[in-house]
Amino acid sequence: MSKSSSTPRKIIFAVGAILSFAYVMPFVLVFLNAFKPKYDILENPLAWPKQVSWDNFQQAMLKMNFFRSLTNSIIITVISVSALIVFSSMLAYYLARTKTKFSKVTFLILVASMIVPFQALMIPFMSIFAQFVSLNNRAALIFFYIGFGVALSTFLYHGFISKIPMDLDEAAAMDGASDLTIFWKIMFPMLRPVTATVAIVNALWIWNDFLLPRLVLTQETQTLPLSTYLFYGQYSTEYGQAMAGLLLAVLPIIIFYLILQKQFISGITTGAVK
Amino acid sequence: MNAGSKVRKFAIFAAVPMAIFSAVLVYPFAQGFFLTFTDWDGFKYEKFTGTANYTKSFKDPVFWSTLGFTLKFVVVSLVAVNVVAFGLALIVTAKLRSSTFLRTFFFVPNLIGGVVLGVIWQFIFNTALISISSRFNLPFFKDSWLNETNTAFWALIIVTVWQSSGYMMIIYITGLITVEQDVLEAARVDGASALRTLLAIKMPLMAQAFTISLFLTLRNGFMAYDVNVALTGGGPYRTTELISMHIFQDAFAFGNFGTGQSKAVIMFLMVAIAALVQVSVSKRLEVER
Repeated sequence: MSKSSSTPRKIIFAVGAILSFAYVMPFVLVFLNAFKPKYDILENPLAWPKQVSWDNFQQAMLKMNFFRSLTNSIIITVISVSALIVFSSMLAYYLARTKTKFSKVTFLILVASMIVPFQALMIPFMSIFAQFVSLNNRAALIFFYIGFGVALSTFLYHGFISKIPMDLDEAAAMDGASDLTIFWKIMFPMLRPVTATVAIVNALWIWNDFLLPRLVLTQETQTLPLSTYLFYGQYSTEYGQAMAGLLLAVLPIIIFYLILQKQFISGITTGAVK
Repeated sequence: MNAGSKVRKFAIFAAVPMAIFSAVLVYPFAQGFFLTFTDWDGFKYEKFTGTANYTKSFKDPVFWSTLGFTLKFVVVSLVAVNVVAFGLALIVTAKLRSSTFLRTFFFVPNLIGGVVLGVIWQFIFNTALISISSRFNLPFFKDSWLNETNTAFWALIIVTVWQSSGYMMIIYITGLITVEQDVLEAARVDGASALRTLLAIKMPLMAQAFTISLFLTLRNGFMAYDVNVALTGGGPYRTTELISMHIFQDAFAFGNFGTGQSKAVIMFLMVAIAALVQVSVSKRLEVER
């Protein structure tokens, strides 16, 4: 590269560095202040903590019932995402392989439904399923996530399955394999890249969802975003504890992301571009 | 394939997901639409009331100010998020050695739910910036931005841009790197400047990325709820309530299920119309290049 092209490059780098600093700054603030007592925060929120104290974390964990909320979040996310993978891959296989008018119309309805905002469903949903919700609110929430998420997930699988030649399942059917065997033994393993996309897109959405859990869940079944919000509302003047709570709320997903960074980016790209 | 095996195949592969989909999406959607024409109180309805719920909704002055505020938010956030996201994509694709790091930093806010982000920024605006500004004598942040409608609007925009520009950046990066190398090489040989290559070659060739990103930011703008609740809580005095929060408040805080659901139907229509117009315009631009 010539010299003339390296000067703009330096400028781009400088702009990028400043911007990335601005993007992480809020997290840095949370991190720095999570270890400080209240008065140090009010004095200077930018300063490095004078001594590392875990007191705030202890209090925050206790007050927001961290491990219970974390467990609830994990249970709800894992069950919903697994069910979405199973149901939507099977539905997509059925819709892509049976070339009837019925399956075409069904697919169109699924695609069209993706524009319906959650807000247009929440009020009737709460009244229709009021009994279900009071009986088992976690199950009701998972039930909702499956129904609401099935359209996009099926759509993602459908696009991929349509590109897999039919000969493959036909040959297996000739050998006397049942429909289910063909699907689980031959088709499903080939769908792995889409399964990764479906898992990541849905896991992020469900993990971070707030509106529906707020309507449905009770204190015992609170998820992490919900308990963080309630905790912050109650203890926002205990700045140190509030920051420790926020750090705890943010940590699981950031760790998860750093481990699976490549899959995240490619999953989000295919999930969005489709 | 005979009829029996067709039915069996449907039962095995499609029946359960379709049943849940209908129960969660189709039925509540239809039911909700139907109920707006009755005197529904959240539990039961006794008679049809025609369009009374809609008339009542439009007579609600708070609803009008919410609509205005929402439209302003949608337009400003759409422009701001996309401009910033495209800029970030250009920085990340500039073949710097640090581009993976930069991409990670820009993307991280997106992983975290709007509620947690909103609460973090509430601390920043209400506490951190105030103490910093009194320490360093900065007049700009002396009073919390969240105490006044106009500055609270910009606070919402800042947090929204911070949250979603990383996601849209990924879409633009995908668009930028799918532009074929030999086309760019040809432009370079012809002596096109970097800016001209960007405007005349890259941007038209990646038009699809703009369609997707504009669609998503438009939809997200109309549906924004989490950041709104956690950052401003609608305050001061319900002046920063976006439509989603307004519907929630109307139905679940004030118990107006009839007007709440009517407003939700209105919101659905706005999202649907805006999205259809935007996608058809963008598609036309994609073809015309």
